[in-house]
Amino acid sequence: MAEPVILARRLTARFGADTLFREVSFSVNAGEVFVILGGSGCGKSTLLKLMIGLVPPAAGRVALLDTDIWTADNQARLALLRQIGVMWQQGALFGSLTLAENVEMVLAEHTGLNAAARAHVARAKLGLVGLSEAANRLPSEVSGGMLKRAGIARALALDPPLLFLDEPSAGLDPITSAGLDALILDLARTLGTTFVVVTHELASILAIGDRCIMLDRQAQGMIAEGDPRQLRDSATHPTVRAFFRREAA
Amino acid sequence: MPAPPPPSPARIRLSGRIDTGAASSLWPALMAAAPAGAILDLRDVTGADTTGAAMLLAAEAAGGRIEAPNEAVARLLDRVRIALAAPAPLVEPRLPALAQLGRQVLEGLRGIGVGVAFLGEIVLGLAAALARPARLRWAELARFLDEAGLRAFPLTLLLGTLLGVILAFQSAIPLRRFGAEIFVPNLVGISLLRELGPLMAGVILAGRTGSAYAAELGTMTVNEEVAALRVMGMDPIAILVLPRVVAGLLVMPVLSLLLTLAGLAGMAGIMGLLGFPLATVTGQLADWLTLSDLAGGLFKAALFGLAIAIIGCQAGLGAGRGPRAVGDAATRAVVGGIVAIILLDGVFAVVFERLGI
Repeated sequence: MAEPVILARRLTARFGADTLFREVSFSVNAGEVFVILGGSGCGKSTLLKLMIGLVPPAAGRVALLDTDIWTADNQARLALLRQIGVMWQQGALFGSLTLAENVEMVLAEHTGLNAAARAHVARAKLGLVGLSEAANRLPSEVSGGMLKRAGIARALALDPPLLFLDEPSAGLDPITSAGLDALILDLARTLGTTFVVVTHELASILAIGDRCIMLDRQAQGMIAEGDPRQLRDSATHPTVRAFFRREAA
Repeated sequence: MPAPPPPSPARIRLSGRIDTGAASSLWPALMAAAPAGAILDLRDVTGADTTGAAMLLAAEAAGGRIEAPNEAVARLLDRVRIALAAPAPLVEPRLPALAQLGRQVLEGLRGIGVGVAFLGEIVLGLAAALARPARLRWAELARFLDEAGLRAFPLTLLLGTLLGVILAFQSAIPLRRFGAEIFVPNLVGISLLRELGPLMAGVILAGRTGSAYAAELGTMTVNEEVAALRVMGMDPIAILVLPRVVAGLLVMPVLSLLLTLAGLAGMAGIMGLLGFPLATVTGQLADWLTLSDLAGGLFKAALFGLAIAIIGCQAGLGAGRGPRAVGDAATRAVVGGIVAIILLDGVFAVVFERLGI
């Protein structure tokens, strides 16, 4: 049985007096594509930010690769951050650098590779996401789908075992979105990377998700956990059923 | 005698996991050995990541030979080999120097054309607003008068006072040698009223307001808010540009006057320290300064304000794409604004001299 690489226990998130979710517990196994899903405003992106150390939990704890990012000392925290990659919703690429330079920047900061080696590795990473031809373009010169793929290439720069993707399919056409899903599956199978994907795109969830959890704003917490295809076919919770069958609540 | 057999290629036996960390230390050695046909023996390699695979394939491309990878490593090598075999990035062909010069000249001419068209739109918008004052967005105008004018008062007063103090000190030193310190108010007064008041107020407006106009309108352009206005049948010039331009036109004479008065006060303070009473200073100013000095300075200031506001708005509306575009627009607004007021000042110097003002 695969080992869990993420362990979340009784996580609670609050903004002021407003509780976004409470008592959320789950684990993510090595090598799986784990999806966090739910309607708008249920706290999916907040849960992701909480896992990668950007938003502190109001209660509970989360451990990534056996390290609690919120209690680890600075050295352990930095070591952990090198083990994770994040693809942001809008790509979050540096606008003044080309796509290749965005990847090379991470390599220059964290490895001892010389300039020629960095350029070669960056070409390989961009090739993995199908962006070799656009390597010399600026982020403002490429499409939304290319931006997201470039974001994945940058997140892959250090070959982290754990990759977080925030809404990878949002705003993309179905063909580009399907291409991105295929890429995620390909990378997960070839590289053995664990993916945590935040999304509410039903087609993507069913295409890539090995397991998922569903958050709900009204319930202020987790209302489902399991294989998304099984949830689609046999969920009894009315919100889960409505979500997977695209019915109005 | 038979030739000696060629030396057999070096065999480099790698072991463990070839990941990013290992690649950092192995890369130079492998690339040095690869051109001689080194054999990269991977039988003891337990795994690799894409950076490690990229290194092995770089060595292979340089003449090395990969041997005995396990199944997982072989699969990864194949995946990265496909990634590296993808078409190389498109490189725009470099134009000859003459063609580059021609392109820059054309771009410059196009920029002048765009500027003239923008100016024309503003003139038409102003004419329409004069014909129907209700067209002008008065609430927006009040907001910009506050932002560009009232909120700039403290900075203007501070810079004006310091300018007057510095000018008085610097001019008193040489004039003292001829016993002519009494003429310091004449010198500083003329300088402030005719030149430095409008110019320094223009620099303040360009730095504070021109850049803010460009950044705000640039962000709106990047976020497609300006395009949305156009599609909704609304005129961005009337809605976004005119209130800003009219505000620039109106606040600059006030800022210039304020800066001049603050400068004169600073100068009077220094004269007091040098032993000249206030009545002497004001007497000198009243004897030597004319109303045309003041009117000319204020007229110049108004046109400086107009130019700075127009350049700021045009820089914002002409912003490109991406986050860098907003910064570029702000820079263009400040640099363009300052260059414009200095050029205009040169023109005014000639015109005023010809008119005997």
